[in-house]
This record gives sequence, structure tokens and C-alpha cells, in this order.
Amino acid sequence: MKSEKAAKRREVREDQMTNVTMTVNGKSVSRNVPDETLLSEFLREELRLTGTHVGCDTSQCGACTVHVNGKSVKSCTTLAVALDGAEVTTIEGVANGELHPMQVAFNDNHGLQCGFCTPGMIMAGIDMVNRYKASGQELTADAIRHELEGNICRCTGYHNIVKSIQDAAAKM
Amino acid sequence: MTDQGIGARVKRKEDKRFTTGHGKYTDDVRMENQAYAAFVRSPFAHAEIKGIDKSAAEAMEGVIAVLTGPELVADGIGNIICGWAVTSKDGSPMNMGAWSALATEKVRYVGDAAAVVIAESDAIARRAAEAVEVDYAELPAVAVASKALAAGAPQIHDNAPGNLIYDWEIGDEAATDAALAGAAHVTEMEITNNRLAPNPMEPRSAVATYDPIEEHYTLYTTSQNPHVARLVLSAFYQVAPENKLRVVAPDVGGGFGSKIYIYPEEITCLWASMKTGRSVKWTSDRSEAFMTDAHGRDHVTTAKLGFDADNRIVGFKVDTIANFGAYMSLFSSAVPTYLYATLLSGQYDIANIHCNVRAVYTNTVPVDAYRGAGRPEACYLVERMMETAARELGVEPTELRRANFIREFPHQTPVIMAYDAGDFEANLDQALAAADVAGFAARKAESAKRGVLRGLGFSSYIEACGIAPSAAVGSLGAGVGLWESAEVRVNAVGTIEVLTGSHSHGQGHETAFAQVVADRFDLPLDSISIVHGDTDTVQMGMGTYGSRSGAVGLSAIVKALDKVEAKVKKIAAHVLEASEDDIVIEGGQVKVAGTDKAMGWHEVGLSAYTAHNLPEGMEPGLKETAFYDPANFTFPAGTYICEVEVDPETGVTKIERFTCSDDFGTIINPMIVEGQVHGGVAQGIGQAMLEQVVYDDDGQLITGSYMDYTMPRADDVPFYDVHHASTTCPNNPLGIKGCGEAGAIGTPPAVINAITDAIGTNDLAMPATPQAVWSALQASGKSMAAE
Repeated sequence: MKSEKAAKRREVREDQMTNVTMTVNGKSVSRNVPDETLLSEFLREELRLTGTHVGCDTSQCGACTVHVNGKSVKSCTTLAVALDGAEVTTIEGVANGELHPMQVAFNDNHGLQCGFCTPGMIMAGIDMVNRYKASGQELTADAIRHELEGNICRCTGYHNIVKSIQDAAAKM
Repeated sequence: MTDQGIGARVKRKEDKRFTTGHGKYTDDVRMENQAYAAFVRSPFAHAEIKGIDKSAAEAMEGVIAVLTGPELVADGIGNIICGWAVTSKDGSPMNMGAWSALATEKVRYVGDAAAVVIAESDAIARRAAEAVEVDYAELPAVAVASKALAAGAPQIHDNAPGNLIYDWEIGDEAATDAALAGAAHVTEMEITNNRLAPNPMEPRSAVATYDPIEEHYTLYTTSQNPHVARLVLSAFYQVAPENKLRVVAPDVGGGFGSKIYIYPEEITCLWASMKTGRSVKWTSDRSEAFMTDAHGRDHVTTAKLGFDADNRIVGFKVDTIANFGAYMSLFSSAVPTYLYATLLSGQYDIANIHCNVRAVYTNTVPVDAYRGAGRPEACYLVERMMETAARELGVEPTELRRANFIREFPHQTPVIMAYDAGDFEANLDQALAAADVAGFAARKAESAKRGVLRGLGFSSYIEACGIAPSAAVGSLGAGVGLWESAEVRVNAVGTIEVLTGSHSHGQGHETAFAQVVADRFDLPLDSISIVHGDTDTVQMGMGTYGSRSGAVGLSAIVKALDKVEAKVKKIAAHVLEASEDDIVIEGGQVKVAGTDKAMGWHEVGLSAYTAHNLPEGMEPGLKETAFYDPANFTFPAGTYICEVEVDPETGVTKIERFTCSDDFGTIINPMIVEGQVHGGVAQGIGQAMLEQVVYDDDGQLITGSYMDYTMPRADDVPFYDVHHASTTCPNNPLGIKGCGEAGAIGTPPAVINAITDAIGTNDLAMPATPQAVWSALQASGKSMAAE
């Protein structure tokens, strides 16, 4: 396994193309992309899944948050070619026939205004609730605020985002 | 239908597309044959361009074109202008320097664009931009406004000697001086209003397409006002005649003022699409946003506030220097004048006010309106001085305010504004009760036991929204009228489309505007759609800023609804053979009151469009247009109370309570209005405690990313306690005042007043970072007392 990984690892070069196959929102996708392609670019430009937003270039704002193998990841700091074989869920893949409780909670609690940070907030919120439930910890308002360190919103002042995540946590 | 009408907490109709990832923002647009633009930006704050060598970039595979300023000028693209003419006190016009979308001879701030690369991919465009060799001859630079005014400072524009754009005044200086000379007490302060970067989460973006057959342009862009963009791009920048230019602002991810303006990048993309025959897309990254989005605030003010022996204000004298950056942005001139000095009376009856404002060029990003625009600067000054004066006079801050409140309306201030309605004491009392100020002393004692300092700060703000009566702002120099338009289309099946010139970039118009229509005609919300943001569909509009969508945009809709209602009643009266006066509209029906004669709402629509049986001479169809020009500004006001705890060992400050009592007039959707307050308060807390754009002495931008510029995050802010005590605005049909900016206006002085109360010294500037608070404590010697 280790040598296989090493063989796959290659220098990231501007002009080098690599084939990457991953499962995105339950569907297998395969693309030949430049090594420098970020996961956010792969999702937005190759797959045209434009719900994943890019709000900064320093991995601070969290608008690009997706789930990779069930954990929340900032797609703007992840290279697509490093995710061969991975399972990726984006905001477009969260609703399963009906809206996810987190999506409903953001609507119920006015947890969004312009909507730009919202996909990242929802992806981070789902991951947060799942982790706390798995570990048996209580997801308090203070814990939510702390967990949202990597997600910036300029519209809501966070009040209703915290309420949304609290509400969803009770229903998930 | 009160569950969906005016006053109902209706959940937002627009949320589904945003929570499922199906919003459509400008960067989500992809055109056929799309190329990408990357700008070659100056690394120097001030430099001459000696020459540009494009050859290396042009030789790169995938590069379509490298274009420069002289080519843009040669094609007749006009300079970027400021649209509000402010006249100096000596009668001379403001000194506006030339601003070309791509620099020609000089660059004047770090980030000023000298050239643009158009390429097959974003990555290629960015790499090629780095390969463009610009021969700069660096010049001395200046970033601080007061230094730019000093003798021997670098001269930034030839036609603005000493970097002075205007030297303007308002009010009676002699009377104010006399009042202060006779005052029993004068409070003097120097106040800095810190420079901020607006930071909507969606970076700016533009996609321009030129159709050479029709000689027609389409621009998708991140705009708060697509019609204003089209007007300015057409009339001033000569990109194309209005009928050959469509501007679309689709979903826009926040604006806060920074997306009002028409920036070099949109102009360049339009021009480049014509030059290259390709659609041209540019999307800012965050670093570029810090370097190019118009900044906000950046005032330095000295002021004197005089009181008589009964603690009544007798005079207020203000001298402000406003940093405009390297070029005059679209509404920059109005911000420190008609949006600032006109609000210096605050909530108080002040007979004598004089304000002098000097606007100054520096080698920094242009500065323009940012959430509040002038009113936060005025409110911060007035409310910090009131709190400081109360401490100096030894009276309760709230009692000093009460003693000076304006109590009769309308009230003419000495600085243009005529307040139309308000009850300042009602907001103060509501806030005092909600914040449990009575229990503060006990909480402070409890904090002291834990070795921490607790403080309480107040802010009683007033602002002016509903911008604005066109003739009035025209007389003050505005280049545009500030009315709004609406078109209400009742379809043949009775569903309704409302086309509005307002633009929603987070404000929830698709819900709140529909509520007003649902309320008026007692129709289900789902049968009403709000259309905005496209110059091809909406007739005309002035857009959304200055909290004007409710007070002005909705007023236009109401006017159009009036016309629709009149026609509906005429049709129904004709069909039902009744008098128009007896027709009532309710429950999806149009009825003859007191009878069982009725027709369905949709049947009226059908009658209007089949036109088989209309009153003699009536035109078919059921579609009405209205333009609404406000009679006055509106005046939201209120009191905010902030309670903090300061750790004297570290300076770390925590907001324990934040209480708001606002008077917004009529509220359409309380849920949305509260959300606006939450966001505004967070931005106010950001200004007060976290945010600061920093340039070094050479004009290099130090705070160029989220690693350096501190955005408020979820654990920096508390839950907010938001209340309303409203009076009705007498000057528009719904009685709305506006709620979009109050939070950002009222909050900073409440926070700083609370922290200074806690630490026992007034000498504290924004942002009150832990270091600043700790240093203030050390300087005052109060840190020892706390231990």
C-alpha cells in the first residue's frame, strides 16, 4: 500500500495532467485535470457544482467546505488529484429526496441572508453535529461558536446561524 | 391574511436555492467561448509608468491579449467619475483627479491596474499577468490623510494642489463659536473613525460578452444597482449606448455599499470582450478584494461640545479630515458631507452646529460608502462625546441624553435635516428595561469579585435613510435622482409579478416585498413573484443602498398597487354591474360589499386580458408602473446598550449583553428586520473591537488577507437582544423608516462607551483589541486599582 501511494505521489507541476476518479454526491466521476487543480475548482469548473463557493484565498472563510470521506474539509486547500478514490459530498448532495434537517433549520431560523457562506455553514454544521453526537458531547451554543471558527459570515452576525445549528442538532 | 401579510414572520421564499447550492452568483455564470481576465497590479503605492513590455506574456500559450491603459483611452473609454459634486466653502468646485480603468501614466495605490491579460484559462491569465513587465519609477507615497495635507507631501493628482479635494463647511461658525465661548462646560475630543474593508463574502466578479453583429454588450456583475451601473457605463464611460448594454446582477453575495460602485474591472472586461471577440470573465480573489474594493470610514475629527449650567447643549463644533484614497469613487464626496455632517445633531436639540470637512487624496484604495456611510462616523462622534461629557459633568449618561432629547416633531436641525417623527425616550426606556440596567451594579460587583472589570455603554443613534428626495439631493450636488420604480403585472390567471428597481443581495426582498402585495390583495404568497436585477426586464431603478428598499422601493410598489386596485375595481364594477365604491377585494375574490355578487381574483385578470367585456374606453391588460420620489429622508433611531467584561490582566474584552431598541417605523417581516439588526451590530462590533485596515508609511497594504484583517467570527459576538418601539414615518405610504444600517451605526459607540466605562479611562481608540485595552489600562494607571 505504502509504495503504491508513493508511486502515485508526484510533483505538482503547472502543466502536468493527472486522471482522478472520485465519488461525488454518490456518482463516480473521472476527469483528467492539471495537478494544480484545487478540489473547489474541480467541483465548480469540471463538475459545474457551483454551490461550493470560494470566499477567500487563505483557507479562512469556509464557504468552500465540503465533506470528504464523511469529514468536513475546505475544498480550496485540497488538491483534486490527492483525492483519487475519495467520497465527496457537496451542498448539492446533502438533500436526500427531501431537505436535510440542517437545510430546513437554516430556513426556519433565518440562518442566511445573502446565501454565499451558507453552503459552507451547512456542511460544517452537519459535520459538527455528527461529531458531537458520535462522541456523546453536548453541542452547546458556545461549542457551536467555537466550532464555527473556520466559517465567516458577514450578513447574519451569527445569531441565527447558531440557532439554526442548535435546532438541527435537536432533529438530526 | 395576517399570517403572510405585513408584520408576519414569514420564512424566506428565496432560501431553498441558497440552502441547496442552487443560488446563481456571477462567478457561477459560464458563457460559451469564455476567456479569463487577470489584472497586472501595481506593487507600488505611487509610481510613474515608464513603459510596459508585453512580449513575454503575449508569447505564452493560451494568452489571447495583453491590453493597457493608453489603448483603452484611445478607444474612447471615459474616466471613472464621482457622481456627487461638492463645492468648497470658497465656492470652488471639488478637485477630481482623472481615474482611468487601466492606469496610463501613473499608478496611485498598491493594486492600481496597469494592464490586463485575457487568456484561455484563469490560471494562464494569472501566470501571464506576472510575466507582464511594467517599468515603474517609484515616487514617494502617503497613506495618512493629515500627512497628505502637510507641506511637502507627495502630490498625487496635478489638479488637486496639496492633495485637497474640497474644504467644505456646514452651519454657522460664528454663532457656534459664540455659544461655545459662553458655555459652562466644554467637552473636547479627538476621534478617529477607523478604516474598514467591507468584505461581503462573495468577492466581486464580472462576465462581459460583446455581440459584434448587434453591437450589443451583456454584463453579469456583482452589483447592488444594475441600472445605475448601466447608466454610468453608458453615459460616462462610453462603453455603449444604454440600449446596447444589458446589465444583470443575479444573486449577489452581500454588498454593504462596496458593490454600489462601477469599478475598473467591469469596464475593462466589457472593453476587452469587444477587443477580443470573447466573453471575458474576472473574479476577484480575497487578496484582490482587500486591494481594490472601496474601503469605508477613515475620518479623523476634533470636536467641541458645549453645555450650559443646566447641562443643555449650546453648541457643537466639528473639524474632520476624510481620507478618500487615490481616486474619487462614485459617491465618495457625499459620505463625509451630506451623509455625515447633516446628522451631527444626533437625537438632541442643538441650536448651533458647525462642521468643517477636508477631503484628501492619499495613496490608498478609494474610500466610499460602507454600511452606514457617514452616519456611523457622525453617531460615533456624537455618542462618544455625550458619554464623555456625562462623565466629566458627573451625571448619568442616560440622564444627559434625556435632558437634551428632541421631543417635538417635525424638528429642523441647523444642519439641513428635518426630523419627521420619533420618540427617543421610548427607545431609551425600552432598552434600559430590556438590558436590566437596574441590575448592573450587582453584576459589576460580582465581576469585581472575580477580578474582572464590568462596564456599561450607551448609544442613542439617529440616522437618515430612504435616500432620497431627488430635487433635494440634486440641489446638494447629486448627479442622479434617488427615486425608485416598480411595475406590477397581474397575469391573466391572477398570479402576480412585481418588477422592482431595488436589488436584494441578502435583504430578503423576494419574501418581504411579496408580503406587501399579499397583504394588499389578500392573495397567497406563492402566487406573487419578485423580479429584480436585470436591466432587460426591469424598466429602471436606482438600486439598494442606504436602507432605501423598504422606504423607497416598497413605496413605488404601493403606488403601482394603488393603480392596479383602481383598475381591478373598475373592471369588477363593470362586470358585476355595481358601483366601484362598493367593490372590496378579499379572500381571493373581488366582491360587491353586502351582496353575494363576486368574481374570483383570477377572473378579473382574465377579463382584463380577454378584453371581451371591459368598461367603455378601458385599455386591455392589468399591468401598472409607478415611480416614487420620497418627500423627505426617513429617520430610524434608537438606543443600544452594551455590557462588557474586561480582563485587566490581558485586556481581553467579552460582550456580555447587547440590547437594541430600534424605531424603524412599520415592519414588514420582523424576522428579516431582526436579522438585519444582528448583522449590522456584528459589523459594528467588528469596527469597535476587531477591524482595521493598515497601510505602512510607504502605502503598502499590511492587512491584505483574512490572516491579517480580523473579521468578526462566531465566538467574537454574543446573542443580541433586539426590540422595537416604533413611530410611523409620516412621509411614505407604509410608514417605513429602514433597518439595514442601524446596527452598524449605533453599535460602535455603545461598545467603546462600555469598555471605557469598565477600564475607567476615555483614552481608547477603535479597534479596542486586547492589546489596545490593556495598553489603555496601563497608561491610565487603573490596572493597579483593579487588582
